[in-house]
Amino acid sequence: MPDTRRSAASDGSIFVFLEQTDGIMEEVSLEVLGEARRLADRQGVSVTGMVLGENVGGLAKDAASRGADVVLVGESPLLKDFATEAYLKVMLPNIRDRRPDAVLMGATRNGTALAAGLAVRIGAGLMAHVIDLEIESGTGVLLGSVPGFGGSIVAVCKCKGRPQMATVRPGIFKPLPANGSNPGVIESVPVDLRSEDVKCRIMQRSVRRSEDISRAERMVIAGLGCKDNLSLPRRLAEALGAGFGVSRPLADKGLAPKDLVVGSTGYSINAKLAVVIGVSGAAHFVSGIRDAETVIAINSDSSALIFNHADYCAKGDLFKIVPELIAAVEASGAKGA
Amino acid sequence: MKSIVCVKVTPKVEQIKFDEARKTVTREGVENEINDADKNALEMALQLKERHGGTVVVLSMGPPSFESHLKLAIAMGADDAILLSDRSFGGADTYATSRVLAAAIKRMAPYDVVLCGEASADGSTEQTPPSIAEWLQVPGIMYANSIELQGNRVLAKKSIAGGYETVEAETPLLASVELGCNSPRFPDFRRKRWAEKEFKLTVWNMQDLGFSPTEVGLGGSLTEVKELRNMSSRKRRGELIGGDSKEVAARLGQIIRSVGG
Ligand SMILES: Cc1cc2nc3c(=O)[nH]c(=O)nc-3n(C[C@H](O)[C@H](O)[C@H](O)COP(=O)(O)OP(=O)(O)OC[C@H]3O[C@@H](n4cnc5c(N)ncnc54)[C@H](O)[C@@H]3O)c2cc1C
Ligand SMILES: Cc1cc2nc3c(=O)[nH]c(=O)nc-3n(C[C@H](O)[C@H](O)[C@H](O)COP(=O)(O)OP(=O)(O)OC[C@H]3O[C@@H](n4cnc5c(N)ncnc54)[C@H](O)[C@@H]3O)c2cc1C
Repeated sequence: MPDTRRSAASDGSIFVFLEQTDGIMEEVSLEVLGEARRLADRQGVSVTGMVLGENVGGLAKDAASRGADVVLVGESPLLKDFATEAYLKVMLPNIRDRRPDAVLMGATRNGTALAAGLAVRIGAGLMAHVIDLEIESGTGVLLGSVPGFGGSIVAVCKCKGRPQMATVRPGIFKPLPANGSNPGVIESVPVDLRSEDVKCRIMQRSVRRSEDISRAERMVIAGLGCKDNLSLPRRLAEALGAGFGVSRPLADKGLAPKDLVVGSTGYSINAKLAVVIGVSGAAHFVSGIRDAETVIAINSDSSALIFNHADYCAKGDLFKIVPELIAAVEASGAKGA
Repeated sequence: MKSIVCVKVTPKVEQIKFDEARKTVTREGVENEINDADKNALEMALQLKERHGGTVVVLSMGPPSFESHLKLAIAMGADDAILLSDRSFGGADTYATSRVLAAAIKRMAPYDVVLCGEASADGSTEQTPPSIAEWLQVPGIMYANSIELQGNRVLAKKSIAGGYETVEAETPLLASVELGCNSPRFPDFRRKRWAEKEFKLTVWNMQDLGFSPTEVGLGGSLTEVKELRNMSSRKRRGELIGGDSKEVAARLGQIIRSVGG
């Protein structure tokens, strides 16, 4: 039975779960660690990191040089792959004993599941995939900005009681550079696990990461209006030397990899130019192009919501406009220009 | 086998308005619907029932007005529906929401699988499903897009960053179902008429689940919203480009050259 008691006392420190996959640290974990360091310095408190896995000593060392005062390391073959229940079992006593003021982690899929389980177990409030963290003046309480309604609204939340918890959306904070003169302390923690503690056994895994569309300078983004054939928008992307992204339903239908999805459950793009083709402009999509500098939208429906979020609104049939546009771009040699 | 599907009724996000002065979300005059991913979860449960027999029960926490949406789930093929409704349940965060849902699920035991959507369209915290799994102390499989059942053994395919994973676990378990992983069926016309005229929804309140007001809703929540901010999208030019496709393409080519990027 989960323990719902809340501990009033805390040691003031910030605890960061550092997630690794296949022995590689998730970038967001270092981003959270850097932000934890900045928050801790303002409050004059310490930062504790925790890495779980098999042979992860090297990752712990790196984390210690990038903002953690102490890095706790739990190693076991049973921790090699992420397993919510087993990870939770190892983390729990460490969090109970140390009584941190805040527990932070990356809002990856695993991070979200782990944080939610931990929050229930220790009776803590949990702010979801925050896009900003600040300290409330006067109270010292952590304020997290939580996007809702597809990202069109942000709720500034705080937690009652201790520890305060938050998961952080990837790509929001900058990691600190490694600082060799500040090595931090590495401590190994006891791991008491049996194979039954891994309740979901991984039988097979297939991973192929695509390019990171959040870094592309130019983007072509295709929506359901492009139907089942993405060769036209792909060719335009190629002609423009641009990255290629899709709205979520195209990935759900298996027509494009999931890591090309733009939007609240996908990536936010930072391109100077985004050409958005056959996308209606639902809130969950639009939040992903908010930071694009110039948006061109092509849509046959003049009342499409996407036109409220575009600088240039080309009304017409994409199957006619895009081939012409490819020809025009190729003729002018605009690639990379 | 018995499946329980957690269904949230959410406002159509595109119709939501933000009250700049009061810093609140105006939900009045906004249409509600069954959360998209929850329709995928219900479809998955109905397919499991087609293959293995048993029953599908939908479970929701919300105001009495959700009844019509739960009846729609019945018309789609669910066998029963339970609404957790009590003024004290209002204003719940994910901690309080998952706690109440889990208590109801325990009351409905024994069950084989609990299915949720991967995220709601409104709050979208994605925290409710793993929180329910923890309250229930059952294995949790998140972002599942298919489930195979053999006795009490489940093989599930789930999405992970950059690909997928197949995992094995034992029932009872909870899975959150990936948005868009199947095509939810339409309500059956005759079942719809039956649901509207004869089906009796079960409603449980706070007493039925044995809670006190400090454990549920606003009182039982461990987060609070201090302020709402409008993420107004960037000001865009909104310049309309008309003409035949050649003209439109030529103008777009010009724009692309001028903005560089
Ligand atoms: C919890 C949750 C999270 C979500 N997260 C995301 C997310 O991260 N990203 C995302 O994209 N979606 C997300 N969605 C889905 C989102 O709500 C919309 O359903 C989705 O963005 C719609 O995709 P679309 O615009 O490509 O398709 P549609 O809405 O079907 O739009 C197609 C458009 O193409 C136009 N069109 C059709 N034919 C032509 C033609 N020949 N020429 C020109 N135009 C044409 C139509 O006028 C229409 O506007 C999420 C939903 C939920 C509930
Ligand atoms: C802008 C905004 C920000 C918020 N931030 C936070 C926060 O940081 N922390 C926090 O704890 N709460 C937060 N909340 C509150 C939270 O959204 C609500 O507590 C809600 O009841 C939980 O649902 P969710 O939208 O997070 O669901 P999710 O966890 O995204 O939903 C996943 C699935 O859980 C099931 N489910 C969820 N709610 C119900 C229900 N009522 N009935 C049946 N099934 C359900 C459904 O199957 C659903 O598909 C926020 C709400 C808003 C609007």
